[in-house]
Amino acid sequence: MRRLKKNYILKKQTTKIKTSNDKKKTQNTQRTSTKTTIAKKLGIKSYQKLPIICDVDTLRTLIRKKTVRVVDVRKTEDYKKGHISTAVSLPLAQIISNDTPEQIIQILENIGVSDNIPVVVYDDTFGALAARVAWTFQYVGHENTSLLEMTFANWKDLGLEIEKKNNTFAKTKHTLKINPSIFADAKYVESIQNDQNTVLVDSRERLNFLTEHIPNAKNIPYTMLGTDNSILRPRNDLKRFIENRGIKKDSEIITYCGSVGTLSGLAFYALKLAGIKDVKLYSKSFKDWKALGKPKTEFKDANYWDLSAE
Amino acid sequence: MKKKDFIKVEHKKKSFTRPDEKWGLEKETENFANQVKSYRQEKISDDDFRRFRLQHGAYGSRLRPDYSMIRIKIPSGEITPKQLEKIADLSESFSIGSAHVSTRQNIQLHWVQLEDVSEVMRGLVEVGLTTREACGNTVRNVMCSHFSGVCSEEIFDATPYSKAIAKFFLRNPISQNLPRKFKINFGCCDKHGLVRIADIGLIPAIQDGRRGFRIYLGGGLGAASFIGHLLEDFTPEEQLLSTCMATIRIFDRHGNRENMARNRMRYLVNEMGWEKFQKLILKERTILYMTTSESTRDLFSVHQFSHNLISNSILNKMKSNHKLPIVTESISIDSSSYTRWLHTNTVEQKQQGYYTVFVTLGAGDITSNQLKSLATIIQDFSLEGVARNTPQQNFAIRYVHYTDLSKVYKKLHTTGLSNSGALTITSAVGCSGTTSCNLAITNSHRLAKEVQSKLLELGFDVDDSLRSSTIKISGCPNSCGQHEIATIGFFGGATRIGNTMAPVYTMLFGGRSDKDSKLGKPVMRVPAKRVIEVIQKIVELYKQEKNSEPLDLWLDHVVNGNGPATIKNLEDIKTHLTPIVQLPPSEESPTSYQDYGNDVKFIAKTARGECAA
Repeated sequence: MRRLKKNYILKKQTTKIKTSNDKKKTQNTQRTSTKTTIAKKLGIKSYQKLPIICDVDTLRTLIRKKTVRVVDVRKTEDYKKGHISTAVSLPLAQIISNDTPEQIIQILENIGVSDNIPVVVYDDTFGALAARVAWTFQYVGHENTSLLEMTFANWKDLGLEIEKKNNTFAKTKHTLKINPSIFADAKYVESIQNDQNTVLVDSRERLNFLTEHIPNAKNIPYTMLGTDNSILRPRNDLKRFIENRGIKKDSEIITYCGSVGTLSGLAFYALKLAGIKDVKLYSKSFKDWKALGKPKTEFKDANYWDLSAE
Repeated sequence: MKKKDFIKVEHKKKSFTRPDEKWGLEKETENFANQVKSYRQEKISDDDFRRFRLQHGAYGSRLRPDYSMIRIKIPSGEITPKQLEKIADLSESFSIGSAHVSTRQNIQLHWVQLEDVSEVMRGLVEVGLTTREACGNTVRNVMCSHFSGVCSEEIFDATPYSKAIAKFFLRNPISQNLPRKFKINFGCCDKHGLVRIADIGLIPAIQDGRRGFRIYLGGGLGAASFIGHLLEDFTPEEQLLSTCMATIRIFDRHGNRENMARNRMRYLVNEMGWEKFQKLILKERTILYMTTSESTRDLFSVHQFSHNLISNSILNKMKSNHKLPIVTESISIDSSSYTRWLHTNTVEQKQQGYYTVFVTLGAGDITSNQLKSLATIIQDFSLEGVARNTPQQNFAIRYVHYTDLSKVYKKLHTTGLSNSGALTITSAVGCSGTTSCNLAITNSHRLAKEVQSKLLELGFDVDDSLRSSTIKISGCPNSCGQHEIATIGFFGGATRIGNTMAPVYTMLFGGRSDKDSKLGKPVMRVPAKRVIEVIQKIVELYKQEKNSEPLDLWLDHVVNGNGPATIKNLEDIKTHLTPIVQLPPSEESPTSYQDYGNDVKFIAKTARGECAA
């Protein structure tokens, strides 16, 4: 039954992909052809500007045209067992341990990312690791970064192109251009804590949030954001969740989670997708907040952990 | 591009797929979302919003009205695999990744942010479920014995009647503002179904070849509990609706709307006197019956739910001549875990070759992943393709063919659901207690789970003399944990011992919930951390008395002062238990004064209850 259902879902998805494929193809061809003509005239290479979420068809088209850098952020051993065609391996740990903007730029250059080439990031952790990496790229100035709409497992289940060879690309040059508008640190979070138009969003699971959180934070657990087949729900669902919470579109939102900004990275993109313009990631998150000895809100009057069945 | 072809999985489907019953309404979910917004914008008062929220099945969480416990009604406790999967998804997304079976066959999701309640409702409507009138002063989930349809002692299957009644009263104007909540329970036979602790309890009966019911009125558990009265020897099927309507109308008209603590119908019956109340009901029913035209009467159709029944012809086709000697065979703690499970978790059905399999939960808790596995197991192994949840906070998978029992066990085992003891004393019931309830004083939920795992460890489940006994625990005097119908019941409170506050339970003996239902008798107070030891001691004493009767009957004799051996009465047994309930000074053993799940000093904290809006 389980497998049957899964296959059914996949079939449905495949059909969906097919239809959107046809539509997109025409769009893409049109757009690319105009662009190519202009580019040709100007004699420069032009790249497609990707949205927040990159769908499967777009990525496959880009891979075929060799106009994309696909980034696999899973562990190296997983990458070696098979990855999306042309993908380079960049485990999240590398980003976390080399987190100065200069180091990130160097990493980008090493994997052959130049200023405008579209970058598509994927993982196997419901999008959270990919989101953290994508955010980092955008923070240091690689605006044209996008998240693959699904995880590697979904991609594999759909029977899409996988290869095992270790991809490397010629080193490039990349400009460092910090985007401070998407970054927050403890000091910044503290400065806006009583600001009416700023919302602090904690994206950890409910029980962790109830136990302790940064004062005034609202909880949007990452578990709300995606589905089994897609790292983020449709835009309208996400919009409704935000609306239900009374969060206004023109608010400034800062997301955080437990330690390194993965879950909140996904929340960052979910909010972006829902149409919130001003979203920031407090990448060092609650671990940093606690280490700094900042105040937190705790709730100890209920034994909610005892509801767990495991 | 090369696309891998999907291999079509050939699946041998054993069960029927049920048509979805539509209990939920899409428009109610939008309405709820809008009401929450208005409430946040302070356009609705706290009281009005609370009433609205409860009417729609969202109960305020412990000391945090910004979170809800969502109570999903499962009419007759019958739930489809699709519904279980949906609940799993919703819990993962919006709740805490687990769901909880209540003692009234509801499934509850805890700690849902108020702003997300409408999203959960939206998902439930997709699979036909509703939370409407699951809380508040309404007709609550209509219960039906989980053995209905398979019980070897039942006269006919009450399930279609139970669902028809549920449908008739759902969103019915009279159910919107009753003096207090109203509970209807259907049984299958004299043994199963909690019919005498409900406002209306019904057991199928046949007289002169006609179908009908034995109907009990005015029972119920709570701070003051009563056992229901038999309305008349036999109520024919065609009077079912008018009897229920008459009862609700009399309650609506005469029930106490002033005193929240005494406004359940059982108080009305008690204050008015049974004879007078009975006369009023019969008179009202006559008027109703006389003024209902035949065509109106036909609108109440039991047959709309009869499609669910498995026909005899299908069963005959699948009949086998083999029988497994399960329940009669005695086992020991050294038996294999599968044998132990067979013995304590399966019941032979009246349909030859078929068994009902019980899935043991801990105080009703089940994770999202387990729910999904359970859904698959039901789909693969239950001929009827649905499951029922039970007031003992477990699941029952019915119509499992005997040849599939070991497969079902293996599947349950891989998902951590193969604990034995579902039908024994070890399967302790516990309300949600301080894990989420405003009224709770103690962590009854955790205690019930601790009791269960300790008793399983001791092998109490394999001891047939303990099998018919039950343990039920509530976190406060209100009886959500149904402690008063337990062989050994407990309800939570707080007491100063020496100069330190401690969580304590009042222990009751001798409750039962069959035809001869009886309320447990309070015996003594037991500190929370001594409950398990006390239970062990009771069993030890029982064994010392070398009694041939089961534990529950022995305790009943003791309660009545005619114990068969050295322990004659409650005073005798108390003498033996008293040393256990004595706590050392708090300086010596601070943990003895703490509740389960806490490592800090015990403080009794409660807020206003919400049952009665």
